Formats: sequence, C-alpha cells, structure tokens
Amino acid sequence: MSHPRMPGSRTGRPVRPNYLAGLGSLLWLGIVGLPLAVLLTTTLRTQSDYATNGPLTLPKRLTLTNYTDALSQGFAQDFVNTCVVTVSVVALVLLLVPPLAYTIVRSRRRSVRTVFRVFLLGLAVPAQAVIVPMFYLISKAGLYDDLTGVVLPTAAFSLPICTLILTGAMRDITPELYEAMAVDGASPWRVFRQLVLPLSRGGLATIVVFASLQAWNGFLFPLVLTQSDSTKVVTLGLYSFQTEHGVNAPGLLSAVVLSMLPVLGVYLFARRALVQGLMGVGGK
Amino acid sequence: MTRSPTPDRAGPTRPGRADRTRADRAARTRSGPAGLTRPGLVWALPATAFFTVFALVPLALVAVLSFTTWNGIGAPRAAGLANWTALLHDPVMLKSLWLSALLTALGVLLQTPISLLLGVWAAGHQRNRAILSAIYFVPLLLSATAVSVLWRALLDPNFGLPAQAPWLFGDGNLLGSRDGAIGVLAFVGAWQWTPLHTLIYQGSARAIPQVLHQAAAIDGAGRLRQFWHVTLPQLRTTMVTSTVLMVVGGLTTFDTVLILTQGGPGTETTISAYYMYQQGFKSFDFGGASAIALVLVVVATLVSLAMVRLSGYDAMRAGAEGI
Repeated sequence: MSHPRMPGSRTGRPVRPNYLAGLGSLLWLGIVGLPLAVLLTTTLRTQSDYATNGPLTLPKRLTLTNYTDALSQGFAQDFVNTCVVTVSVVALVLLLVPPLAYTIVRSRRRSVRTVFRVFLLGLAVPAQAVIVPMFYLISKAGLYDDLTGVVLPTAAFSLPICTLILTGAMRDITPELYEAMAVDGASPWRVFRQLVLPLSRGGLATIVVFASLQAWNGFLFPLVLTQSDSTKVVTLGLYSFQTEHGVNAPGLLSAVVLSMLPVLGVYLFARRALVQGLMGVGGK
Repeated sequence: MTRSPTPDRAGPTRPGRADRTRADRAARTRSGPAGLTRPGLVWALPATAFFTVFALVPLALVAVLSFTTWNGIGAPRAAGLANWTALLHDPVMLKSLWLSALLTALGVLLQTPISLLLGVWAAGHQRNRAILSAIYFVPLLLSATAVSVLWRALLDPNFGLPAQAPWLFGDGNLLGSRDGAIGVLAFVGAWQWTPLHTLIYQGSARAIPQVLHQAAAIDGAGRLRQFWHVTLPQLRTTMVTSTVLMVVGGLTTFDTVLILTQGGPGTETTISAYYMYQQGFKSFDFGGASAIALVLVVVATLVSLAMVRLSGYDAMRAGAEGI
C-alpha cells in the first residue's frame, strides 16, 4: 500500500495501481472537500436564496454582500485585535525561545537539563486546566479585558512546543562549526548571532508559523479574559455572531471564511515550514 | 566550566542520534573544555521565568483554589475539603468523566484507522497524492471555533444538509438526541484532527527504510502483507505518540461542545472540560471549577504516562497538543 512504484521495479513485476486506496482517498476527499465547497458557495449567495434552495444547490446569483456585511458588523475591529495579539505573541516567542533553545543545546549544566524537562512536561498541560487561576491572576494584575492579558498566557502556552521544535533544528548544527568559532575566541553572544541564528532559520520560520497559528486561532483565553467589543478577537467574534445571528448562515460563514484567509495565506507561502514542523511533532 | 565524569547530553537523545552524540563527545575531547565557550544559565532565564509565571504558577494555583470558595469578585476564602466532597457526590461530574472517556475513545477509534491508512497512502511521492494531501490539510487551518460554527450551520435541521438529505440524516435534528449529539461531536473532532494525525503518520511512513519493503517484495509479500508485516510494526512508536495526542486532545475538548451542543440535550454531552467552564464562568463557583480542573490534569497526565509506559516507549517529549 505504501510504495507501489518500488517493489515492481525491483522484482520486475509491473506496478499495479492501488485501486482500493485510491477509492478510499477519494471518499475522504468528499468528506473534507464537500463541507468546504458548501462553505464557499454559501457565502456567495443571498440569505433568501440559501433559505429556499438549501446548501447543496449552486447560488442563483453571486454576491459579496455577506462579506461586506460581516466586515461592517464589527468584524473588522476583531481582525485588528487578533493581528495585535498574534504579532505580540510571535514577538515574545522570538525573544524568549532562541536563547533558551541555544542554551539547551549547548550548555552542559545539570540545571539546564532540568529546565528542558520542565518545558517538555509543559507540553502535556492543557490550557483548559488553568483558565480559572489565569482569570484570577490576570484580574489581580488589572489586565482583565485587556489584550495584554490575552497575549501573556497565549505566549506562555506556545513556549513548550516552540522550544521543542527549535532545539531540534539547532541540534543539526555540527559541533565542528562551534569549535571553529571557539578557536577564534568567540563569546557565546557572537556564536549565537553569527552561527546559531543564521543556521536555524528553518526552525525559526517554523516556530513563527506555529506561534502565529496558535495565537490567531486561540479561543479559550480570550473567552475568559475579555468581554468588551473593543477587545474582541476573531474567534470570539465568530462565537458571538453565531449566538446572535445564527440563522444568517451566509453572513456567519462569510465571517468563517474571512477568519481563515490570513492562515490560508500563510499555508500557501510557508507550507514547508508548517508541514515539516507538524510532521516533526510525531517524532520517530 | 566543569566537566562531569560521565559524558552527558543536553536532554534526551532520539534513537539514531547516537552517532552524532559520539561525534560531539569526540569533538569536546579534542578541543578540551576551555576551548569552547558555552552559554550560561542566564540565557535560559527569561523564558523560564516567563513560563513559570504564566504557566507553572497558575497550575499550582489550581490546586490551591480547589480548597477555596470564590465567586469571581473579592478574595477566595478557604473552604477546606468542601469542593472535593461536593464533587464526589455530584452525579453530573461522574457522568461528565464517563462522557469524556467515551468521546475520547470514539475519537481514537475513528481517527486512528483513517489517519493511519491516509498517512501511509500519502507517503508515496506521486503527484496526485501530493495534491490531495494539500486539500486534506485545510481543516487543520481552521480554528476549532470556525469548524464548530461551520458544522453547526451545516447541520441545522431546517436550512442545513439534513433538510436536503433526509435519507442520510433521518428526522434531521441530530443535536436533539443523546446519541446524535455524541456522534456529531466525535465526527466533527475527527473532521478537524484527522489531518494532523495523517501528517504525523505520513512523516513516519516516509522514514521507513525502503530496503525493508524491497526485501519483503523479493520474498514475495504482496501489498497487504507488506503493510501488515513491514509498515505497521515500523509505525508502532508513532501510533503511541498519535494516540497520546488524541487522548489529551479528547479529554480537553471544549470549543466544539460550547458551540455545537452547550453540553445538551440536558447534560448528555456535558464533558468534564465543559462542566468546569460552566461551574466557573456560568455558575461562578470557581472553587468547584478548580477541583474539576485538577481532576482533568491528573487524569490526562496519568493516562498519557500509562500509555507511554505500557507501550515501552518514552514519547512524552513529543506529546504536543493544541496545534
């Protein structure tokens, strides 16, 4: 099932196409693709057209009013808020993770290994578990209903996975290169700037994509740590749109499409960084 | 810069990294400890401090808050074991644990075969497989919120798919019955997360040495026997990682429940994570919510550890969730 080209070429038998697997893959394509297609066509039709003809027919007349409506109903503000949160989270992650990963890879102190273990353990802690104390701490700090209060825990909870990814990338730098720089008498800071950072660009790209995806799609922390329209993020906007105007499916689904456009852009331009990172999560 | 008597490694080594470690060690011996300047502890400090304040302290605080009563305003007051005794006698809590387990099990049973087969299939380098894989990936880009909102609209009994395909959906009100609601939650979870697990299996299937398949083919093993005797055993450790991810993800499912069912009908889909949110942020019993949260953390950690131990593979380092 896995390598149909190869056995045939080695044993001289002609390669049989795997019809069964092909059929299964098409079936899954339907399960994944059909809802996505309906999502798109629904946003391009009027509300009355959707109500009378249902989701499975093609739109009578194409319209973009659903999108403009969604944007004028405050979704644009949500977008700006989410951008602020995402950029801040990525900035924090880029500031904190590279020095940490560099230390984990290069230091031989026992304490650093303990630190690494703590971060690995952090992978298993679900964000759900801490929403009550987080609400308590953020309120105490006077950051309730403030985007800063969303940024801080979101960044903290993306540290473990980003650290894991970046240490993996930094381990691939050969010891000889460090040695060469050490012979030159380079300080840890120069090694970091001139060797480690340039050679782990791939890993850095992956953690940027990861952190921004987590921040952009984050729902739980904004849900419990904000309440005003002025601090609403995109996911919360979708949720409140759904509870308030749930019957307006074309409008609601337009908001869904709008919410995923930036992520889709990242997917198209940084597909490698994203897919490689996710594949690496499985380990070997 | 001190040298410990036994050559140590920074963190756990992956299998297959042994060569590099040996080379590293050799390099160290050659240049001597004084020749290499290494970063000190201070480099790790900012990230560690940040993580401690915004992840570890809250985690510890969950335990503390579970012994208090707090309504969200003012200060928490000590309450001894009150929350815990209440929790023990709370029928909804027991039911929610059972529902969490049921939903997690359904998720694993649904997603593992699909993602395993798709992942092994997608590991081939054919053009059509690459194109389909790119499409399979899309649900992973949507937030759990967007996915739930999408399916809620699609499954609307009056205007959604059920109205157009009664042969598939019966009376159409899927979310109105217990079995229907649980089925929808399991399906929507699978719809969103199967791409991640497919990708994980795809990565591991690509890493299987081709020699193994070639040898099996020379011995006359067909496609099915190669899959069963070569591919599957080689993917064993990946299966552990993937299942741990599914279990932790399943136990903490929240967005889907909040948007699709609100725990209903009745309390038929009130799983533990949702019940915690409800107790805290709807009923303002934050002490009780903390107790539920602590139960969740302990159960999730124990289940992950048990699975890792039972399978004899230390996969915790890859136990990432929430991508």
